[in-house]
Amino acid sequence: MSPAVKNTLLFAAMAGLIVITGLMQGWNLALTIVNMGLISAIMALGVNLQWGFAGLFNIGIMGFVALGGLGAVLISMPPTTDAWAAGGLRILTGLAFGAATIVAAVLVQMRMAKGRARNLATLLVLVIGFFLYRAVFDPAVMAVEAVTPAATGYLGGLNLPVLLSWPVGGLLAAGAAWVIGKTALGLRSDYLAIATLGIAEIIIAVLKNEDWLSRGVKNVIGVPRPVAYEIDLQADTDFIAGAAGFGLDPVTASTLYVKLSYGVLFTLVLIALLWLAQMALKSPWGRMMRAIRDNEVAAEAMGKDVKGRHLQIFILGSAICGIAGAMMTTLDGQLTPGTYQPLRFTFLIWVMVIVGGSGNNFGAVLGGMLIWWLWVMVEPMGLWIMSVITSGMADDSWLKAHLADSAAHMRLLTMGVILLLVLRFSPRGLIPER
Amino acid sequence: MDFLNAIVALLNFVIVPGLAYGAQLALGALGVTLIYGILRFSNFAHGDTMAFGTMATILATWGLQAAGFTFGWLPTALIALPVGIAVTALLLLGTDRLVYRFYRKRKAAPVILVIVSMGVMFIMNGIVRFIIGVEDINFADGARFVISAGDFKDMTGLDEGLAIKSTQAITLITAAIAVALLFWFLNRTRTGKSMRAFSDNEDLALLSGINPERVVAVTWIIVAALATTAGVLYGLDKSFKAFTYFQLLLPIFAAAIVGGLGNPLGAIAGGFVIAFSEVTVTYAWKKVLVYVMPEDLEPTGLVQLLSTDYKFAVSFAILIIVLLFKPTGLFKGQSV
Repeated sequence: MSPAVKNTLLFAAMAGLIVITGLMQGWNLALTIVNMGLISAIMALGVNLQWGFAGLFNIGIMGFVALGGLGAVLISMPPTTDAWAAGGLRILTGLAFGAATIVAAVLVQMRMAKGRARNLATLLVLVIGFFLYRAVFDPAVMAVEAVTPAATGYLGGLNLPVLLSWPVGGLLAAGAAWVIGKTALGLRSDYLAIATLGIAEIIIAVLKNEDWLSRGVKNVIGVPRPVAYEIDLQADTDFIAGAAGFGLDPVTASTLYVKLSYGVLFTLVLIALLWLAQMALKSPWGRMMRAIRDNEVAAEAMGKDVKGRHLQIFILGSAICGIAGAMMTTLDGQLTPGTYQPLRFTFLIWVMVIVGGSGNNFGAVLGGMLIWWLWVMVEPMGLWIMSVITSGMADDSWLKAHLADSAAHMRLLTMGVILLLVLRFSPRGLIPER
Repeated sequence: MDFLNAIVALLNFVIVPGLAYGAQLALGALGVTLIYGILRFSNFAHGDTMAFGTMATILATWGLQAAGFTFGWLPTALIALPVGIAVTALLLLGTDRLVYRFYRKRKAAPVILVIVSMGVMFIMNGIVRFIIGVEDINFADGARFVISAGDFKDMTGLDEGLAIKSTQAITLITAAIAVALLFWFLNRTRTGKSMRAFSDNEDLALLSGINPERVVAVTWIIVAALATTAGVLYGLDKSFKAFTYFQLLLPIFAAAIVGGLGNPLGAIAGGFVIAFSEVTVTYAWKKVLVYVMPEDLEPTGLVQLLSTDYKFAVSFAILIIVLLFKPTGLFKGQSV
């Protein structure tokens, strides 16, 4: 069987799984899985760029996804004018002070001669800068967060169309990736891993605690949509007539319509990114990337700028994760910093890439869809298996109750087993690199 | 008098908690560093190994309590600890046999082993959640304090109290014993010496007839003991929650890297460096400063440099600084 036929069959099987889900558990659920699966596929595409093309081990995906989500809020939410009046400019000034401190410290490091004087000067600049920054910043934050804290208490966004936030989310993630890449990319692979793991935790901590920026754990709800609202559709007579033509009641039809519209938007983004990634893979640039991945020393000897190229692809991959993050926040309609967990947003994406086939863009897309489908489906499957296992037990047995409660935790176990099995028996994944 | 009060406040809120936390991190980092030295990969499942060991110990503790056993004023978990270590050692040896050995035989790249350890992490995390759930579990029993704040105030007549929790004292004593045993083993016994030889130069060690499988097995057993002890001490001091243990991975790795990966002495130093910087940066210094500053200069705010939620940022920042300026760590670690 030629690879093309095999791949087509694999994607057809994936579509089949979705159709079966739709027929057995309803099309609403199937479409929900598809939408999130498309977003997961985009994240997997970003990680595949870094790992599959360049061999960079990034386990801070959660942070970039969350930054994308922040992008959606900053672009699309209406600004809180009272909050801006209370301390918006002062917050910006404070942040500028903070940035200036860091720049000054770096300048001192670069300009002064090595020695005790330089270390002392750097320390002095940092300490003075830190206290100045806190002195300007803290009161402004208090003022902003005091503005109707139950409803706003944050600066709000720019009130622009939410679609614009997708590229902006990517830019935010790219900016963060530049900072991390500059500091950590020259180091060994496990050090980069730890550094990215750390920065992701810090980004989440910032989103959770800086209420003036993201409302913290109070969550931002009601992020505007790029597609129609169900309520409006149900009031639209043309739509009701159209739905009746399919034999659907208006409520079901409107939910399906909204999910389908999201699905179309996400598919467009996925196709565009996939096309770009494929073009990059085939171009001389992609060949150079793989040459660097396979033998850094040889590539460097050929005059390739290994560090620069690594930085480039690290930023690109992270930006794609940021775009996916913004799309996810748009789909959810809310930013909930408390729900970002590394197992779900970092390590699960890695399972997708490895299972799909690292180094192959189509593999990443397939892996993203398939693993997301499994992630959703494992829980009902687990419940079913548990009910089969426990069917012979007495109803009041503690073991039966415990097993039924624990079915929800089957997910992590299953994902771990799948990852280990694939790594052991088919390390190149479902669609291997060509 | 004011000066004494300031010292007591400093001891109570910074030094004592920092020492206990540092000892816990050091034990965790020792496990990471040993695996790195002998098996040559960063084990991402270490946090969940700690969680598993703690879980096994908690179950044994409950069994003992149900049977009516307690340990006087000491926590029952200390008697249950050997059981926990044994179960964890079996789990790790089983994992090695089923998972890691295959890649070791093929001499797979370290980064592949790291990804494999990610899979193991998922499974261990799942097992822990499956068996004991995700809730906070407090399993400390016995006496709560060695000295309570009130007693200390009565004894000394100072305004500030110094409370030493029994779990903090136990942490320090147990950690000291564990570290002493480990270094005795590594430096004095034949097996320990062969482990060090294997870590320094694998080929030479193999040439001189050291059995690699035996070295690896012994390493996993020691790692099980260290991880379980670290996890149980942390759990006694705070409480047990599967997710918290996963998050401990970051400070533990930071400690191991700051000290120099593969260097046991460095792991201990790294643990304390990370712990003290976390505690000092997130502590509200007002309480200490009001005693030592003249009245008109007393701070009005809390004088807290960063809110406690940013404690990860601290271990991270130290990690980055060390990596930028001294990539092999404070003590010379391996630089593969």
